[in-house]
Amino acid sequence: MNILVCIKQVPDTTEIKIDPVKNTLIRDGVPSILNPFDGYALEAAARLKDKDPDTKIVVITMGPPQANAVLKEALGIAADKAYLLTGRAFGGSDTLATSYIISQAIKKVEETEGKFDAIFCGKQAIDGDTAQVGPEIAEHLGLPQVTYGLVCEKTEDGKGLRVTQEGDDGKPIIEVGFPCLVTFTKPNFDPRYPTIKRKLAANKAQIPVIGDTVEEFPDMDRSRIGLMGSPTHVKRSFVPERKKGGIIISEETVEDSAVKLAALLSDAHII
Amino acid sequence: MDFFNDELHNDLLEMYRDFAEKSVKPLAAELDKEERFPRETIEQMAEMNMMGIPFPEEYEGAGVDTLSYIQAVEEISKVCASTGVALSAHTSLCAWPIYQFGTEEQKKKYLPDLCSGRKIGAFGLTEPSAGTDAAMQKTQAEDKGDHWLLNGSKCFITNAGEASTYVIFAMTDKSQGNRGISAFIVESDFPGFSVGKHEEKMGIRGSATAELIFQDCIVPKENLLGDLNKGFKIAMMTLDGGRIGIAAQALGIAEGAIDVTVKYVQEREQFGRRISQFQNTQFELAQMRANTEAAKLLVYQAACAKDAGKPYSHLAAMAKLNASRNASDVTRRCLQLYGGYGYTRDYPIERMMRDAKITEIYEGTSEVQMMVISGWMGVK
Repeated sequence: MNILVCIKQVPDTTEIKIDPVKNTLIRDGVPSILNPFDGYALEAAARLKDKDPDTKIVVITMGPPQANAVLKEALGIAADKAYLLTGRAFGGSDTLATSYIISQAIKKVEETEGKFDAIFCGKQAIDGDTAQVGPEIAEHLGLPQVTYGLVCEKTEDGKGLRVTQEGDDGKPIIEVGFPCLVTFTKPNFDPRYPTIKRKLAANKAQIPVIGDTVEEFPDMDRSRIGLMGSPTHVKRSFVPERKKGGIIISEETVEDSAVKLAALLSDAHII
Repeated sequence: MDFFNDELHNDLLEMYRDFAEKSVKPLAAELDKEERFPRETIEQMAEMNMMGIPFPEEYEGAGVDTLSYIQAVEEISKVCASTGVALSAHTSLCAWPIYQFGTEEQKKKYLPDLCSGRKIGAFGLTEPSAGTDAAMQKTQAEDKGDHWLLNGSKCFITNAGEASTYVIFAMTDKSQGNRGISAFIVESDFPGFSVGKHEEKMGIRGSATAELIFQDCIVPKENLLGDLNKGFKIAMMTLDGGRIGIAAQALGIAEGAIDVTVKYVQEREQFGRRISQFQNTQFELAQMRANTEAAKLLVYQAACAKDAGKPYSHLAAMAKLNASRNASDVTRRCLQLYGGYGYTRDYPIERMMRDAKITEIYEGTSEVQMMVISGWMGVK
């Protein structure tokens, strides 16, 4: 199998603070990490490789040169090869432009690595939280997609994947044929750690850089990238007011909960 | 070497730290309470190539160095000293002497299993009446022509029962004292080998400590490690390296204690203030931190000397003497800052205090370290 995992370097949002005046993230001194959901996508790929050692795992990220760090991290965990997609013209891209650029880059990487059977993404990045880039890449490439995957395995005929999905009412199992795109959410296990040997190799690895030049992407529609190609406009950002207190009503049955809620509302003269 | 700014070491250090926080720390209290050996953690460390950090890749080691290895012991001991010593005894006391003194056949036979963590290693020198006075060995190895016959017992053996490979010392020429001791590689399934009583301990209760019994134990001829009657030197040289591991364990315990205490004093309030606002708390922690940083430099210096192939016996002794004393001192003072809560099992500090004490005792007591240092100074 040939798998591509799309990853992103994000600020560790557990450490993040918001500037109360400017309403922006204070990024100074906040460590950068591999987006955890992308880590789950990488783990899903690694598990397929555990079963079928001939599997090749390629990772790609779009970002500034320092995003190399997450590529090296992925190499230390399970990836066989990494690509950095970076360039000024890509700056300011929203999810639509980003997914367009990545889909173009995927076609380019396939010239070297061969066609990918599956493209794995995290369901969303913990900085923007849009959950749009993965599905949009699938649309740009005309691939079938399964979102919110937990685990997956190859189907018996070897021509696709069987994905267990995190659903609202249970866990649907969905089969999808190659080539396809799957986004992953948090499963009930921790992804594997890197190994020392892989890390040493990753530190020495030369990571190919794909730039934003016309030579790299002769067919790219320049009006669809960067700020120009981004229809998203941030109208306003604000820190939501923190709600205080609140109570959780969780009685034995839904009926009991409703009765209790009605009583409370009645006592408070709301109803 | 600028060990605080080396990219490779820092990178690996981060990996050890992440692993310790996520996978070692959550088990620490349970291991202590139940006196349970952390098998599952050892398996994880094996997958991460942590069971053979300083050994070459040709023996399935990670091919890094002593500094990175002791940093692993340090990071793990910050959250669980029991897991830390399991790694230290395995690496320093079993894999290292085989790597250093073994024949190529012995290395090829034993190191890959040890370095990959498929098997755990241990070391047996101490006997009921041969502690610091290691020359008083009663365990005997008799030359039976095509094999050695071992009889006797060893006590306080770290990783006993969990390990499959043991480096064991025994008398091969009783009349020669120190110069009549030899080293052997003993496998746990050799006939006549058994594990005796497990010790109930004050600290490092997750570490397996037991007696080893040799009753007409048959050891193949080719399992003599190093030259005949040169075992005492092998034991002493092995302990020189082991001391850096224990010093790193002690360093980790102190750092871990300071970490949890810094957090605690910023939460706990008395007299309407956080106790971190009292100058006594500030000065206590400042002093502890400064002393711990000094211990760290000694530990790293000893590790770097070993990596550079320079003499390190005295440096290892200084590192262990200071780091272990500091660990006991720091954990005791941290517990004092916790007050009554620190004395309960709801907080990790009392465990850390119990764990710290052993570092002043095993792999050479503090008094032995002073003998090594004064001997090196020529004060005889």
